Amino acid sequence: MLLTINNLQASIDGMDILKGINLNVNAGEVHAIMGPNGSGKSTLASVLAGREEYEVTGGEVLFNGKDLLELAPEERAREGLFLAFQYPVEIPGVSTTNFLKTAVNQVREHRGLEPLDAVSFLRLMKEKMQLVEMSQALLNRSLNEGFSGGEKKRNEIFQMAMLEPQLAILDETDSGLDIDALRIVASGVNKLKGKDNAVIVVTHYQRLLDYIVPDFVHVLYKGRIVKSGTKELAMELEEKGYDWIKAEVEAGA
Amino acid sequence: MAKDTEILESITSSEYKWGWETKIENDSAPKGLNEDIIRFISAKKEEPEWLLEWRLKAYHQWLSMKEPKWPNVQYPEVDFQDIIYYSAPKKKPTAKSLDEVDPELLDTFKRLGISLEEQKRLTGVAVDAVIDSVSVATTFKAKLGELGIIFMSFSEAVKEHPELVRKYLGSVVPVTDNYYAALNSAVFTDGSFCYIPKGVRCPMELSTYFRINAANTGQFERTLIVADEGSYVSYLEGCTAPQRDENQLHAAVVEIYAAKKAEVKYSTVQNWYPGDKQGKGGIYNFVTKRGICAGDYAKISWTQVETGSAITWKYPSCILKGDYSVGEFYSVAVTNNYQQADTGTKMIHIGKHTKSRIVSKGISAGRSQNSYRGLVQIMKRAEGARNFSQCDSLLMGDKCGAHTFPYIEVENPTAKVEHEATTSKIGEDQIFYCNQRGIDTEDAVALIVNGYAKEVLKQLPMEFAVEAQKLLALTLEGSVG
Repeated sequence: MLLTINNLQASIDGMDILKGINLNVNAGEVHAIMGPNGSGKSTLASVLAGREEYEVTGGEVLFNGKDLLELAPEERAREGLFLAFQYPVEIPGVSTTNFLKTAVNQVREHRGLEPLDAVSFLRLMKEKMQLVEMSQALLNRSLNEGFSGGEKKRNEIFQMAMLEPQLAILDETDSGLDIDALRIVASGVNKLKGKDNAVIVVTHYQRLLDYIVPDFVHVLYKGRIVKSGTKELAMELEEKGYDWIKAEVEAGA
Repeated sequence: MAKDTEILESITSSEYKWGWETKIENDSAPKGLNEDIIRFISAKKEEPEWLLEWRLKAYHQWLSMKEPKWPNVQYPEVDFQDIIYYSAPKKKPTAKSLDEVDPELLDTFKRLGISLEEQKRLTGVAVDAVIDSVSVATTFKAKLGELGIIFMSFSEAVKEHPELVRKYLGSVVPVTDNYYAALNSAVFTDGSFCYIPKGVRCPMELSTYFRINAANTGQFERTLIVADEGSYVSYLEGCTAPQRDENQLHAAVVEIYAAKKAEVKYSTVQNWYPGDKQGKGGIYNFVTKRGICAGDYAKISWTQVETGSAITWKYPSCILKGDYSVGEFYSVAVTNNYQQADTGTKMIHIGKHTKSRIVSKGISAGRSQNSYRGLVQIMKRAEGARNFSQCDSLLMGDKCGAHTFPYIEVENPTAKVEHEATTSKIGEDQIFYCNQRGIDTEDAVALIVNGYAKEVLKQLPMEFAVEAQKLLALTLEGSVG
């Protein structure tokens, strides 16, 4: 088992957001987490990545058998957890190339590998750039500064390609993308998918799932996974919206 | 020569007259400042009469002046009678090998990427005869000599090129200029002198050589750089390695004279001891640096990376007298713990179509206070003058302060003056983003800060830019998270 989440509870500023999440992810799987606004989707992604504003109030998360919640955010990343941000951050004066060189080499160091020299690093970049149609010019510019929404998201997937994570969490990667950008991003993710890694796609809409086809779909509502199924569940949600799920939950409660 | 001997004699005798005969043999003067001390310094350095007169004039000027209180810094009163104004340079190695040096200091050197040779020199370890840095210096000197470039200690220059020193000394920073400049003029002990002849482009950064040359120049350093018509020189002062000194007060003066079409690039990396975490014992760095673009099309460019000192008080300035002359000021000033910095520049536009550019990047962390203070003055006849100023402040944590004091005085309606300022906080979002890519917090801060300061750092000579980047990271270590 790559990722095991048991009864995970988390709050922010004293407000409970996650109220007992259970989820198992195996290598080679794609999971979609869907749900209405405010259901806790992005909180789940943030808690897994280790964002400090959230307080974990209960439960456990095992990643490759390790207690994930004990690890600092950078250690989680080095262990192979990647978060594609919903709102990628800008860092003025630091080129994507320079930023990634630091990141890749710190991750390599953790894995007991020699740092890449400039030539090998550039070769690796060239290879991965093609996956998401990134241009060299874009990578030489300050990280995400002045990038369009589509360029920022492509840059996230490009970074994912460079870091080769075991588990990638895509947090609303489809938001703000036009159809062409969506296609490029999705095709990048698909090319990176393999039997040794897994992807969790967090999304509000079914649209992205036309391109990144999930093995499992989970619906998050009020901090709990209230329904799980296969890709057909996503279709149903697209058709009927979330109200019927809400009704089901309220009726059951 | 006969005249020199006469002068020397007269000085020596005057000292006898003042009853210093026993003291002259000593390595240092007694504490305190008075005319006798100044005569003592001048005699020790075997200076000509005119220089002694010049010093005394500065001293009397200083007596009539008041210590400036306008900088945005606080410190206890300096007792000028409690300072030793002359002590002979220490030449003896203090340690036999690097094994005898504080390992913490060596670790810092290693992290800054400073070479073993340099480490030895900085820690006072005796240098291996085979790779003797002095012989490297001699090679450089010979090469510079072929081109007619004069580069030597100030004391040597007074002896070997008195006519040049006399012509330019005080021509940019007059003894009457300000309290600390007057003090420096009265008591300076050594420094550097540099002259680039007409049309000569200095083929090397004067940095390497200077670093070899610069040890123990004392607390009142005097630098004079003269670039004759159409010449070029890039000059680097200072050192990224942490520098300690028993003297708390440092008041240096740097003067640059750029003739027609001459260009001088002056870079500083300042890392004096900032005091302990509570701010005790750090250096007070009260410096006057000024250049004059005396001829048309001259250019002076200041670049500074200020990370050390308990208090920094420093405004490298340009007087743009020649038409079409250009002044630039690029600065990164970092303050952490209880450090205080009040730094900036003055751009005085006198000539027509003069241009100036100011890029100031302040970084404050801990409980420090960081002020930018800058004057852009466009005089009446400065037709078509232009200035662009960019002053950014970056705050780390919530106990530090950043302040901006821009002064703009425009007397010519054709002038164009632009001023941009921003203040930002280093974002937790930015750090988390870096963390999420596997970069730890210290490295994340280093990346973000170096990105922020990039526009200034890229002005530094290549060899120093790398060290300066590491220095910024080291200075800010532990200030986040």
